[in-house]
Amino acid sequence: MAEDILRIDHISKEYRLGMIGGTTLRDELQRRRAKRKGLEDPTSKIGDKNVGRIGETFLALDDVSFTVKHGERIGIIGHNGAGKSTLLKLICRITAPTKGSIEMNGRIASMLEVGTGFHPELSGRENIYMNGAILGMTKAEIDKKIEEIIDFSECRQFIDTPVKRYSSGMYVKLAFSVAAHLDSEIMIMDEVLAVGDMAFQRKCIAKMSEISKAQGRTILYVSHNMGTIRQLCDRCIVLDHGHLIFDGDVDKAISLYLDTNIEEKTHYSFRDNTNSKDVVTGEVKVQELEILDKTTMFYFGSRMKVSLVVDVHKAVESLQFRFIFLTSGGMAVAATTTERVCLQAGKNQRLNFELDISHLAPACYYVKIIAAEIDDAGIQIRHDRVAQAFAFTIQNFDGLRPVKWDCTYWGNYAIDLTKTLGETAEIS
Amino acid sequence: MEQGKYYKLITSDSRNNYFNFREVWQYKDMILLLVKRNFVSRYKQTILGPAWAVIQPLLTTIVFTFIFGNVAGLANCGTVPTFLFYMCGNIAWHFFSGCLSGTANTFVSNRGIMGKVYFPRISMPIATVLSNLIGFGIQSAMFLAFLVIYHFVPGYSIGTNWYVLMAPLLILEAAVLGLGCGIIISAMTTKYRDLQFLVSFGVSLWMYATPVAYSMDLFEGSAVLYIIARANPMSPIVEMLRYGFLGGEAGSVDWMSYGWSWIFTLVILTWGVSLFNKVERTFMDTV
Repeated sequence: MAEDILRIDHISKEYRLGMIGGTTLRDELQRRRAKRKGLEDPTSKIGDKNVGRIGETFLALDDVSFTVKHGERIGIIGHNGAGKSTLLKLICRITAPTKGSIEMNGRIASMLEVGTGFHPELSGRENIYMNGAILGMTKAEIDKKIEEIIDFSECRQFIDTPVKRYSSGMYVKLAFSVAAHLDSEIMIMDEVLAVGDMAFQRKCIAKMSEISKAQGRTILYVSHNMGTIRQLCDRCIVLDHGHLIFDGDVDKAISLYLDTNIEEKTHYSFRDNTNSKDVVTGEVKVQELEILDKTTMFYFGSRMKVSLVVDVHKAVESLQFRFIFLTSGGMAVAATTTERVCLQAGKNQRLNFELDISHLAPACYYVKIIAAEIDDAGIQIRHDRVAQAFAFTIQNFDGLRPVKWDCTYWGNYAIDLTKTLGETAEIS
Repeated sequence: MEQGKYYKLITSDSRNNYFNFREVWQYKDMILLLVKRNFVSRYKQTILGPAWAVIQPLLTTIVFTFIFGNVAGLANCGTVPTFLFYMCGNIAWHFFSGCLSGTANTFVSNRGIMGKVYFPRISMPIATVLSNLIGFGIQSAMFLAFLVIYHFVPGYSIGTNWYVLMAPLLILEAAVLGLGCGIIISAMTTKYRDLQFLVSFGVSLWMYATPVAYSMDLFEGSAVLYIIARANPMSPIVEMLRYGFLGGEAGSVDWMSYGWSWIFTLVILTWGVSLFNKVERTFMDTV
């Protein structure tokens, strides 16, 4: 059982709204006087009714608690203003919490920004020392690793040139290299991988995984890039308006964050589903959906029967339903179109379909439904759209595929077994 | 949680604002690199390079010698060369004011780096003082060179004496005093930027209350001015340095004033450090 390395205990961080602290003594005095007389704050912006009021506070983090075990790679996600950066700042000791406590059992390497302390006039090599020292390394430690750092940064040719002459990509590469070679037990990263070219980004992710898996180091990673979160992390925390709303499985966290978290059930009603008139005509309306298999768990390789209830306001000649299968991360995996049907005007018409989901790899999926008509000119007219119609899970079926399918590396679409052509012949 | 080597507890409790020497010591390499960075980057892309460290006080001394010494006749130093009299005071003052104004904007000018990574904040002002010390070392070498040269110039008599050995202690006091005042101001400027403007003005005002541009005996005419000059903790430092290097005609030794200046210095330092430690916890929210 791995040991706890970081314990966040009921942390809150409060900020004052408006002009924080004032900038001059005069402003402060004016504000005090105004407060005493019950007038509006003279230093606040005109028309600012919500912010700038004296004494109003804002909780950037509200009673957040969680523990991190040694070697865990934790992703922290949430919308802008959810408190992700504040949380990292508290852990990195940049600012102190208003309430609660943080316990840690190791050194922290913070990469809230790459190239902290880089001085433009100093050479790359000098900046490695400078940056390393600021991040908490001793000179002896840097001496030991300098060659490795330079190699990783791919900047050896320019290492004795002042960094002010570097391209921004080189600058970032050098900075990341220093941070990646820190000997700290906990690494904290805030979207630093959003920089550098694709090849270098991939290299960084690989390096981070290696650091974590081989050396058992703990990583806290904040990003809006769900791809890197999924690649790097094995646990995820979702923050929303300062509250911790989820802590656990990465896929579940991502679907919660992307709002693609649909409850898995066998019967759905879309009567409240509305679409803008610019997107759909509304002549056909999908009202209900039922999974006829009476389950949402399907074995890998099976098929699914669904039943749709539609209202038709105007007769359509060749209506097609398109089912688009998406991962919980919101990425479309595959789609299928039903055969054309001719429908008369009328309410509550039931249509049954069999969906071939046998190629979907084991994972959670949700489905988007579009009802569309193809006119004579081949142009598609959308009648209705249900962005998040229903959700289901594909389970791994042991026996058919002996190896556990890993969607992160293999994708979500499983192609049929590949056959060998004829007999194997030796090449002479 | 087992308390390992790097165990740390962060709380909202702000009472533990003591000076953590062990932690600062862990970051000694960073402090040295910061000193190097400050010094190297200051003179990068200049033709004269570190020579500027010498030229600046040299020019000020020449101006002082001419205006305050020759024109106004404020240097009451007998057979000691006026030039040396001013150079001694100028270098000491330059060091002190460099420490003070250099550390006074610690939080504001370093908020970029301090907002992104943790290190003991006090190491920033310490590095500033140390890099000023390097400049001071260069200037002292120049002063000593002139001191030797003037020994061979006829017509002057320089009474260098054993009080020279007090010099390191005096310099230490100037550094501590500058650091103490500087960090108090830096802690306050996180909220009130007004102090930034006050610093440069205040420092030059302070210089005129210190016997830098003139001899201490000029103050003796007025009782009030004399008390102010003696109460000024920088006065005994400058006076004693002059006494040691240049002799009784250029400076004086006033033990009472000196003792008081140490008390003042230590009080300022203690206050400064505790204020600094209190502010460093949350200054990022207001700066």
